[in-house]
Amino acid sequence: MKNREEIAERLAASGYIADAELATAISLMNLLKRPLLLEGEAGVGKTEVAKALASVYATELIRLQCYEGLDQSAALYEWNYQRQLLSIQAHRGEDADRVEDHIFSEKYLLERPLLAAIRREQPPVLLIDEIDRADDEFEAFLLELLSDFQVSIPELGTVKATAIPHVVLTSNGTRELSDALRRRCLYHYVDYPDVDREARIIMARVNGAGASLALQVARMVESIRKEELRKVPGVAETLDWAAALVGLDIGNLHDASEQVFETMMCLLKTQEDKVRMTREVTARLLGKVA
Amino acid sequence: MSCCGPVPTRDEMDEVSRLVTAKLAAFLRTLRDNGFAVGLAEGQDAAALMTAGYAKRPGLLRSALKHLFSARKSDWEKFDGLFDAFWLGKRVRSRSIATGSAKAANNPSLKSFQNAAERQAGSDAATDQIPSADGSDSERSGEGRMEGASRADNMAEVDFRKLADPEQVEQAHQAAADLARIMRARLTRRDLARRRGYRLDLRRTIHRNISHGGVPISLVNRRRKDKPLRLVVLLDASGSMSMYTGVFLRFIHGVLDEFREAEAFLFHTRLAHVSDAMKERDASRALDRLSVMAQGAGGGTKIGESLQTFNRWHAARVIHSRTCVIVVSDGYETGDAALLGREIAALARRCRRIVWLNPMAGWQGYAPEAAGIKAALPHVDLYAPANTLQSLTALEPYLARL
Repeated sequence: MKNREEIAERLAASGYIADAELATAISLMNLLKRPLLLEGEAGVGKTEVAKALASVYATELIRLQCYEGLDQSAALYEWNYQRQLLSIQAHRGEDADRVEDHIFSEKYLLERPLLAAIRREQPPVLLIDEIDRADDEFEAFLLELLSDFQVSIPELGTVKATAIPHVVLTSNGTRELSDALRRRCLYHYVDYPDVDREARIIMARVNGAGASLALQVARMVESIRKEELRKVPGVAETLDWAAALVGLDIGNLHDASEQVFETMMCLLKTQEDKVRMTREVTARLLGKVA
Repeated sequence: MSCCGPVPTRDEMDEVSRLVTAKLAAFLRTLRDNGFAVGLAEGQDAAALMTAGYAKRPGLLRSALKHLFSARKSDWEKFDGLFDAFWLGKRVRSRSIATGSAKAANNPSLKSFQNAAERQAGSDAATDQIPSADGSDSERSGEGRMEGASRADNMAEVDFRKLADPEQVEQAHQAAADLARIMRARLTRRDLARRRGYRLDLRRTIHRNISHGGVPISLVNRRRKDKPLRLVVLLDASGSMSMYTGVFLRFIHGVLDEFREAEAFLFHTRLAHVSDAMKERDASRALDRLSVMAQGAGGGTKIGESLQTFNRWHAARVIHSRTCVIVVSDGYETGDAALLGREIAALARRCRRIVWLNPMAGWQGYAPEAAGIKAALPHVDLYAPANTLQSLTALEPYLARL
């Protein structure tokens, strides 16, 4: 898994059509042991990269979804309180110190994603999704974890990583990330795929989509993205639409302009966009698609 | 001398690696000059990549270094040009690419579309709004009266620039200071109400109750750690604003005094951090200290450049996730309006809200036509007039919601 051509091939085999630069980034992740930070608009397939990576390495994908207020007990570890309470009841009358040692042992520890990721035998892919939604404090904590790969649990001691996970972080840019975290990571900006790549993605992911339909869909979506829309359709929307067209047995967009307009709901997700994409606009865009 | 012999001698190898290292260091310097945050660790990794065979294939090296050195989208976009210029001797196509103004044209993002649409329609649907001076507003100034700003009521609607006699000016200053105090009181009260513990902290509860045999007798509540709202005020102290600067300085002085977390900056052609000078307890002495700073060195207002300085040197330290930035300016930019647009966009990504207070917006028949304000408006969350005390008061409920 040294060169990027091989990586691109293996990603393609797992259903992710990568561009050459992303393949380079992944080979660098291995070489430099740095996390990869993916930025880009919503729906360009950032999360998919981590999934494809897990299947390429044939390893587990551990996902941590970030949100405002995410704290260590949801991200790192938590004690199993119900079992602890039961255990205290069961050992009633025994020496308090011994009971305490007992209930703060491995048996009562609940792994959360971050702890799980560093305690696996086989290095997993750790996906830290939408890191920009978490607070500054959590980001700082994460930075520490990503450089040392060890965690200290006061009641239990320090847990060192048995294997360094492949870390992928994604961000939508709702909040500016700290410079320290950015510097720690390799950076890759995920853009909307070009027509050719999007067509290949459709063919790889939608059963029964022929080359000509895939190309038409990709061209159509590209021109829709150039319209002034509130929510630009992402790759996931494109795949939905292609699947819908295949399901309706449409082989050529020009033969079914009515259905094309009616299935636009797969691509347009706000009322304003729906109003803007009238029959005429759709027909005009369709006319440009060869 | 690098690769002429089949087996280069050790000295030659050293010589080559020395040259490469020197060149790499120069490249890092170029990147830093262009705003990249690259440190020693990145340099070492880059050197490791060079020796790992990447140096033989320029395309691959460029892509590898791009991932390594870029930290944000703007870096990502200008890296290729810089790399080609430095290593391959190609010219950077034009200066505008290096500074990124061609970004919107090359890569039309959703946001730029929206902004364009909004500008065209002249609407500000995406911008937050506070009620303008109508019925609900007078109700609010009524509340203000109850809390002791009674001197303000007859002056609430008088434009600051129409205040002529010194006594009136002093009254306005006093009212501005009072207003700052009231704002603090309300915002804090809201904080406290929210702080009442909101769920059990099981970890601490168990720990504390081991001695009761595990029966949770004394419960430990978990409290939300609330970050207080931080205000950052950027005040335009240029000549065109001179009629308003005094009142706003007094307002800022009150804000700095009463808010637990607030920072203040002045700008005209340069940016000055004035929080320390404003911490002087005695307001008039603080204002005296500032009068020197407030006088513009040379003419004109360079809002864009001042914001750039702010973003570059102060923003990371001063702004956190619960920060509201208040820009007080008329938007008459004598520098590059496009730069102002870019910098205010960068600022908007960092902070919770940007409020742009424009004293002139309260004038009858004023439309935001100045190039500066036009460039900034798409990125501003609230655009409000600030020529009377009433318009300042109207700001408080807005801040309370943040």
